[in-house]
Amino acid sequence: MMRYVAEYRDGAAVEKLIAEIRRTVTRKWTLMEVCGGQTHTIVKYGLDSILPDAIELVHGPGCPVCVTPLEMIDRAHAIAQRPNVIFCSFGDMLRVPGSKGDLLALKSQGSDIRIVYSPLDALQIAKNNPQSKVVFFAIGFETTAPANAMAVFQARRLGIKNFSVLVSHVLVPPVITAILQATGNRVQGFLGPGHVCTVMGYTEYEPIAKFYRVPIVITGFEPVDMLEGILQTVRQLEAGQTCVANAYGRAVARAGNPASKKLLDEVFEVCDRQWRGIGIISKSGLKLRYEFHAHDAERLFEVGAIETHESPHCISGQILKGLKKPAQCSAFGTLCTPQTPLGATMVSSEGACAAYHAYGRIKAEETT
Amino acid sequence: MCLAVPGKVVETYRENDLLMGKIDFGGVRKCACLEHVSDVKIGDYVLIHVGFALSRIDEAEAKRVFEYLKEVNQLDELGELSESARPIGQP
Repeated sequence: MMRYVAEYRDGAAVEKLIAEIRRTVTRKWTLMEVCGGQTHTIVKYGLDSILPDAIELVHGPGCPVCVTPLEMIDRAHAIAQRPNVIFCSFGDMLRVPGSKGDLLALKSQGSDIRIVYSPLDALQIAKNNPQSKVVFFAIGFETTAPANAMAVFQARRLGIKNFSVLVSHVLVPPVITAILQATGNRVQGFLGPGHVCTVMGYTEYEPIAKFYRVPIVITGFEPVDMLEGILQTVRQLEAGQTCVANAYGRAVARAGNPASKKLLDEVFEVCDRQWRGIGIISKSGLKLRYEFHAHDAERLFEVGAIETHESPHCISGQILKGLKKPAQCSAFGTLCTPQTPLGATMVSSEGACAAYHAYGRIKAEETT
Repeated sequence: MCLAVPGKVVETYRENDLLMGKIDFGGVRKCACLEHVSDVKIGDYVLIHVGFALSRIDEAEAKRVFEYLKEVNQLDELGELSESARPIGQP
């Protein structure tokens, strides 16, 4: 009986896949795993150290906590400090540094900040506290968007007027395109974002693969999933193919989840979005449609002009685009640690810098 | 952040006009919204992210990689290496 977790961490299966990859590869290839969760798996299980040297994995921008723009973090902090506001957020966002401190610091100073597991929990908090304004920080990629959209949709349907969302959603295909267009890009193939495609399917990636001549293999998050994705990508590269393939068939269908896509379309519209460490990417985000403006925290809370301050030492932009590795940053592990993060990629456990730091890649990287 | 965890549906119910369910994650039970996997049955595995089911897990697809590896094994035993093995994901 499959449980769909342990089987995909099986050592014997990992070894067999590594052997298959070794047999397939004849030259150097540079692959990017798009998702922060995939980066985490690679570093946690040391997959990069057991793969043939010819395969280099560079870490992608798919950590929504990392790329949420500083301006939006500062806006969240400003709203959270308002009287009579209950500010709800996923736990990951609590320690993300804004220009001045983080949400955890605000909480210790008396702001009502609550960690929720699901946006629907935040909606319940609004229902239970009709005298307060409940704001949910709706960040994330396409994976998180359906749950966030459902919370807003339900708020309108149930007439929960004291519930609003601060939306900072980002989309994967535009950032993949931005990476491929960047000067100095080295990425020759992508391990595609498995859970994003669970929602969206993968037809959007087909024109990208064709136009930029790169294989994109939709990949899961366990070690066996990752190695299967790498094997399929390397097979395509060795054969000169540039297709979109699905190595995460148990969760992803080509068309995605039609019900989720329909809801997203009803609640959100595409907008330009700033990515922390990268800059503005056109049509790379989602914002609430006008029909839901009564639940739009950005409209409801006027916070004035926000002046942001980023650390001058941080190279997270280059790391997010796969141009540099964490150990190449002078602040890594010294000025910048998970306890005192200077920038995007150190703040979330899925950020490349935080993953390297957590799994003791400090000394090993320095000597290479 | 895009972490999604497979869990088994042990109960379904409706709440505020949404299909909800109790999901078992290896012994730990949590509630989740099943509205977007509405054809789900008790005993099915679903992928849950932030309390929301993204998709149903396809059992046949889930076994594919292991069947492939079994095949590679048999070929190894026959002394025929990957030249003749079919790629994963291709029938």
